[in-house]
Amino acid sequence: MALAQLKIDTTAARLADVDVPQGAASWGNAARADALARVRQMGLPTKRDEYWKYTDPASLTAADAPEAAVFKSDETPLFDAVDRVKIVFVDGVFDADASDDLQAEGLEIERLSDAMATDIHWAKDIYGVLEARGQKPVERPLATLNTALATDGVVIRVTGKAVKPVNFIYLHNDPSSDAILHNVVKVEAGAEMTLLETGPAAARFSKLLEVDVADGGKFNHVRAQGRDHERRAVTHCFARIGAESTFKSFTLTFNGVLTRNECVLEIVGDDAVAHVAGVCVGDGKDFHHDDTVFITHDALNGESRQVFKKVLRNGATGVFQGKILVKEGAQKTDGYQISQSLLLDDDSQFLAKPELEIYADDVACSHGSTSGAIDETALFYLRSRGVPHDEARNLLTLSFLAEALAEIEDEALADDLRDRLEGWLARHR
Amino acid sequence: MTALDTVEVKEGVDQETVDAVKELSGNYKYGWETEIEMDYAPKGVNTDIVRLISSKNKEPEWMTDWRLSAFARWEKMDEPTWAMVNYPDIDFQDIYYYARPKSMEEKPKSLDEVDPKLLATYEKLGIPLKEQMILAGVEGAEDAPAEGRKVAVDAVFDSVSVGTTFQKELEKAGVIFCSISEAIEKHPELVKKYLGTVVPPSDNFYATLNSAVFSDGSFVYIPPGVRCPMELSTYFRINAENTGQFERTLIIADKGSYVSYLEGCTAPKRDTAQLHAAVVEIIVEEDAEVKYSTVQNWYPGDEDGNGGIYNFVTKRADCRGDRSKVMWTQVETGSAVTWKYPSCILRGDDSQGEFYSIAIANNMQQADTGTKMIHLGKNTKSRIVSKGISAGKAQNTYRGLVSMHPKATKSRNYTQCDSLLIGDKCGAHTVPYIEVKNNSSRVEHEATTSKVDDDQLFYCRSRGMDEEEAVALVVNGFCKEVLQALPMEFAMEAQALVAISLEGSVG
Repeated sequence: MALAQLKIDTTAARLADVDVPQGAASWGNAARADALARVRQMGLPTKRDEYWKYTDPASLTAADAPEAAVFKSDETPLFDAVDRVKIVFVDGVFDADASDDLQAEGLEIERLSDAMATDIHWAKDIYGVLEARGQKPVERPLATLNTALATDGVVIRVTGKAVKPVNFIYLHNDPSSDAILHNVVKVEAGAEMTLLETGPAAARFSKLLEVDVADGGKFNHVRAQGRDHERRAVTHCFARIGAESTFKSFTLTFNGVLTRNECVLEIVGDDAVAHVAGVCVGDGKDFHHDDTVFITHDALNGESRQVFKKVLRNGATGVFQGKILVKEGAQKTDGYQISQSLLLDDDSQFLAKPELEIYADDVACSHGSTSGAIDETALFYLRSRGVPHDEARNLLTLSFLAEALAEIEDEALADDLRDRLEGWLARHR
Repeated sequence: MTALDTVEVKEGVDQETVDAVKELSGNYKYGWETEIEMDYAPKGVNTDIVRLISSKNKEPEWMTDWRLSAFARWEKMDEPTWAMVNYPDIDFQDIYYYARPKSMEEKPKSLDEVDPKLLATYEKLGIPLKEQMILAGVEGAEDAPAEGRKVAVDAVFDSVSVGTTFQKELEKAGVIFCSISEAIEKHPELVKKYLGTVVPPSDNFYATLNSAVFSDGSFVYIPPGVRCPMELSTYFRINAENTGQFERTLIIADKGSYVSYLEGCTAPKRDTAQLHAAVVEIIVEEDAEVKYSTVQNWYPGDEDGNGGIYNFVTKRADCRGDRSKVMWTQVETGSAVTWKYPSCILRGDDSQGEFYSIAIANNMQQADTGTKMIHLGKNTKSRIVSKGISAGKAQNTYRGLVSMHPKATKSRNYTQCDSLLIGDKCGAHTVPYIEVKNNSSRVEHEATTSKVDDDQLFYCRSRGMDEEEAVALVVNGFCKEVLQALPMEFAMEAQALVAISLEGSVG
């Protein structure tokens, strides 16, 4: 128990001079103060925590963000051809000039600070609420810290079928920036939206997204986390998923020094669908990518899928911690989970903990996890057909990633991401 | 079975079946007690008790010191809490750490001198301590091949070994099979060389406690190149009340040798829980092979979770030599709480580890069991097949680790763990850890959870089977992969056990 106390004391010292941002209405202040108190109680994570067994959170919890060089690319930005509502953040600060008007059919978009300054606001029932629900049975103090300290963000209410996707564009211009963003999305009954997220954001980035999908709603999420940037990021997504609604999220990660993506989904209505998928490609000893997923089934006839694929080379590390929890009474649940890694050389490593926890008897849940090198026989076959070695290897790598990429519904978006992947593979030989 | 009282009876199951099932359940057939005069050490554990156990076993000083240093370490340790099991706090000072039948004060020189009451106990358990051709009490064993199968038995009763059969015949082959206390006395050089080298005294809370207070257990040494002429087995019986059983098993398979070892265990029905914390260490040298099979049938407690054995066991095999091989097979049906992870350290190149497990938890039972496959040598292989069955309000967890170290190139693991749930009040969980640190190795993990397949049940029923028979058949099919890995004698017993534990679980 001495260890637990030590953790709390260290956290108290680390947060001693930390104050929550001001200017919110009473509900916003209360939510932030409550979150700060909760973090103090939980303590910030350390590598000794079971949930951080495979990822060292030290650089995410340190007082100062480690520097990250600004990466300039002449590549056309992702999703440039897509007709969308652009919302731009530069080093974690909303940039009104670079952003489009916060208006679109079927969407009500506000800056978080404006929403929080309003006495009566729908976001009150979601901000920090879904995050707090997601703290059991595993504590996620970094998410709570985000709720307490987030300096910017956007709240979106989806009232109908949104015609255009919303694109959060995170630009990184300052090598020592430390950004904390908190976004809230409420999908009303029967409403639909697509959210795109692109860019590295900051040298260190903490981002939290809370999504409440009401009955019959549909939320689609596609994200790309930068390109060859040195950034560190911890992101959380907490979603509550209502009856007959759909939640789909896909993430593509290229490099980055440290990435921890936590996705905490709770299916509370019958006949709901939740899919979460990810592809990560990492090169180099200082690459560490961690996907941590927790899906709770608390309703009948739910369907969930987790599809995660990682390609690792030159000493890169990939982590997957996934869990399907089927609560008592959540009968007819169909849960599927697959985590696979392709290790392109002998130095890279894959660490996985794919868990099932099941309290209902009429369910079908399966999980699979594999790790291995590229199939030499397939490589030999392609080479014997005249395909050059590197090209053959990339072809096999892309086919390995196909199952995860297939999770992206919109083909134009999927094609754009596939092109970027091919570009990455061509650059990293 | 209270679990059944609250379970909604599904369509197609008639009340008669449910009633029949209620009568059948809770029918633990080894729940009787042997009335025999016992010698106890005072309750609780401290350095005096550790010294007392050591002196009762007439141990040399180095052994006493070994125990005392383990005890000093244990006092500073905390009980682990990470397993998915809940049980009231154990008062480690409210347990007898040593209980011996009075008649065993002087060790009997041969089986003929053993207290007839003890012999009768084992006779009743179906493990007669006679040197006969086949392990009796196992249905179908009479059909064994004409040349017969011999099984040597070491029988452990509470804290002491009461006798070991076929010792002379084994000696002729050079095999040493005796109680560990006898081994410490007669073969100290072997014990000193190997004891604690696989499960060090600092390993974990229960293993450290065991290192301090183990009272007896079995010792096996198979010399180089010897194929053990018969199967060896140890039968553990807890009889005395409020007594913990702490046995230690040490198996050494020297270069090129082979042995198949069986373990069985039972205990009387009591309202209070009893602790069993064993350590099994296996050393497998070059080209040697060890098969270790367990049918664990400790008293599971009643349907409300009163009583039963807390089975906190550390089992580990160290495949030290190249091309060595170890195979763990376990059928876990008993115990109120199980905490057990028979593991393989695959140190030698081309060494191989296998783990086959069926864990059945009914009523209020909780099982958290699995394995660790630690690949250190090149070209090492491991296979894990685990089947968990939960019924009533039981919780069954598979917890395992597959670790491929950077130097364990071209290694291979295949893991399959399936869970079956019978009833909507139980739980099945899977917690695998997979750590791959080189790319020429392949690791595959698969797990599924399902209920008894309706189509399969319907098919069986349409062929005239009643519901219960049909479930037993489907479940036996589900467990077949594991059962096939058991030695013949155990496979029969295990198949019957699978049926027993599931009776009454339909619906």
